[in-house]
Amino acid sequence: MSWTLALPEIVLSCAGMAILVLGVLARENAFRMASMFTVGAMVLAAVLVMAGVPGLGYSGMFAVDAFSGFVKLLILAAAILAVILSMDYIEQENLRRFEFPVLMLFATVGMMLMASAVNLMSLYLGVELMSLSIYVLAAFARDDLRSSEAGLKYFVLGALASGLLLYGISLVYGFAGTMSFGDLGRLLSDKDHASTGVTVGVVFIVAGLSFKISAVPFHMWTPDVYEGAPTPVTAFMGTAPKVAAMALLLRVLGGPFGHLLAQWQQLIVLVAIASMLLGSLAAIGQKNIKRLMAYSSIGHMGYALVGLAAGTPLGVKGVLIYLVTYVFMNAGAFACILAMRRRGRAVEGISDLAGLARTDLGLALWLAVFMFSMAGIPPFSGFWGKLFIFQAAVSQGMWALAVIGVLTSVIGAYYYIRIIKVMFFDDSAEAFDARPASLSVVAVAGGLFTVLFFTFAAPVEAAALAAAKAIFG
Amino acid sequence: MLPVPLGHYLTVSAILLVLGIFGIFLNRKNVIVILMSVELMLLAVNLNLVAFSAALNDLAGQILAMFVLTVAAAEAAIGLAIVVVYFRNRGSIEVEDVTMMKG
Repeated sequence: MSWTLALPEIVLSCAGMAILVLGVLARENAFRMASMFTVGAMVLAAVLVMAGVPGLGYSGMFAVDAFSGFVKLLILAAAILAVILSMDYIEQENLRRFEFPVLMLFATVGMMLMASAVNLMSLYLGVELMSLSIYVLAAFARDDLRSSEAGLKYFVLGALASGLLLYGISLVYGFAGTMSFGDLGRLLSDKDHASTGVTVGVVFIVAGLSFKISAVPFHMWTPDVYEGAPTPVTAFMGTAPKVAAMALLLRVLGGPFGHLLAQWQQLIVLVAIASMLLGSLAAIGQKNIKRLMAYSSIGHMGYALVGLAAGTPLGVKGVLIYLVTYVFMNAGAFACILAMRRRGRAVEGISDLAGLARTDLGLALWLAVFMFSMAGIPPFSGFWGKLFIFQAAVSQGMWALAVIGVLTSVIGAYYYIRIIKVMFFDDSAEAFDARPASLSVVAVAGGLFTVLFFTFAAPVEAAALAAAKAIFG
Repeated sequence: MLPVPLGHYLTVSAILLVLGIFGIFLNRKNVIVILMSVELMLLAVNLNLVAFSAALNDLAGQILAMFVLTVAAAEAAIGLAIVVVYFRNRGSIEVEDVTMMKG
């Protein structure tokens, strides 16, 4: 029994329970202390992930390999940035409750379990641990109608998605006779075993996971939940869970169902095209920057799916690099959005950014960097992510998909660059309040990563390729 | 062999699942009905899992059914808590009133 395989998860869960006890015992400042300990526990877990030895444990339900290590480090980085972002906001909004970082911590444990799941059972439990924590986080501002409405909407549609996912799992289990990814892969390599029941099950599983990455037919919740949830929660939801769910989709479709490529490829192509189109068209008319980020994230997930649709290790490598760039530019952009406060109140309108370059040039420049990067303009990181994705699609002869991707990213560039125009050329509005150091730290960290990505792209690419080869082909 | 053939179990379970999905989308009255529909969907899946488990002579399906029951309980608790919070802010739990944000 090699229980040490799950050491990072075990340490993180124990730390979560210890922080809950400490939070109850502490007289004052429990929130800040809990946040600090959460960041510390996540850093410790990241170190343990890096020291992890590859292997398969827990009766073949839990795997540690290059892929899980890569994804877990990315998830932990995203979660650490989100906890840092939340500290000052939660105090300013008077939501100081120490359960907040602990919920983020448990959601992170769920996501790490998703990255390591090699059995439909551990997959389901990981997804649920993540989702249940995030339902509560979305409704965390409990005296705010918008936040509780966001929580309600996310809960109802999330529960529906888990139901579909679970139904798919039951069908695959029933018609293939096993839940282990390894056995499923071996069984389905023989065409006779790939019955209609299994295919229908795979479609249900893809539907359930598409909901978690907010790909198009299952995107309805995204704008409302992004807008209503407290902004640090939006920043968290927009990064780490997307990475975890996308990683799970890669592992499920690449490993056990890799031989059913012909069946799921059309599905993924369709979802990718629809997400890219909706993400670029629906964002144009938005006035609220959080809603805009929601549509932007739908579009980004569409681009990432293009790499999966290619169905090659090269494509999976592209998706992983895309996720890395996406996490850092998104965290940085949300740091800038959290800095939008006037007279102690958070503002969310794009028009509130008017003339920001004259009142706060630093913030305007960083936000401009993130917007250029999301639009895919070189040399920022967003460009390289898109490059690898489209390269993979073209190398498989999927020209139509690549062309649609490039066209939608041109349309998308319009609304990203509109924000830059508002910041630099419109008449000045009132200046924002002084921003806390935590936001500057995250904005600068995300910004430097985005600007300098091309200087260290090679090691990231090598790690992503090793991770892709661990699950695909 | 099962006294009742597997197909019958699958049919009942599929009907229950579809009822659950329609309960979520067609219901315009009450959020509590949505919570009940979610439970119905999860129970449909459980029926599926247990039937397959018996037919395949494999315990994994029943173990997963146990996990699903536990998770469903946690999900119901969180769902009801969110509904209570929502009711305190809005004063109503009619589905048609959940329209603060749109567009």
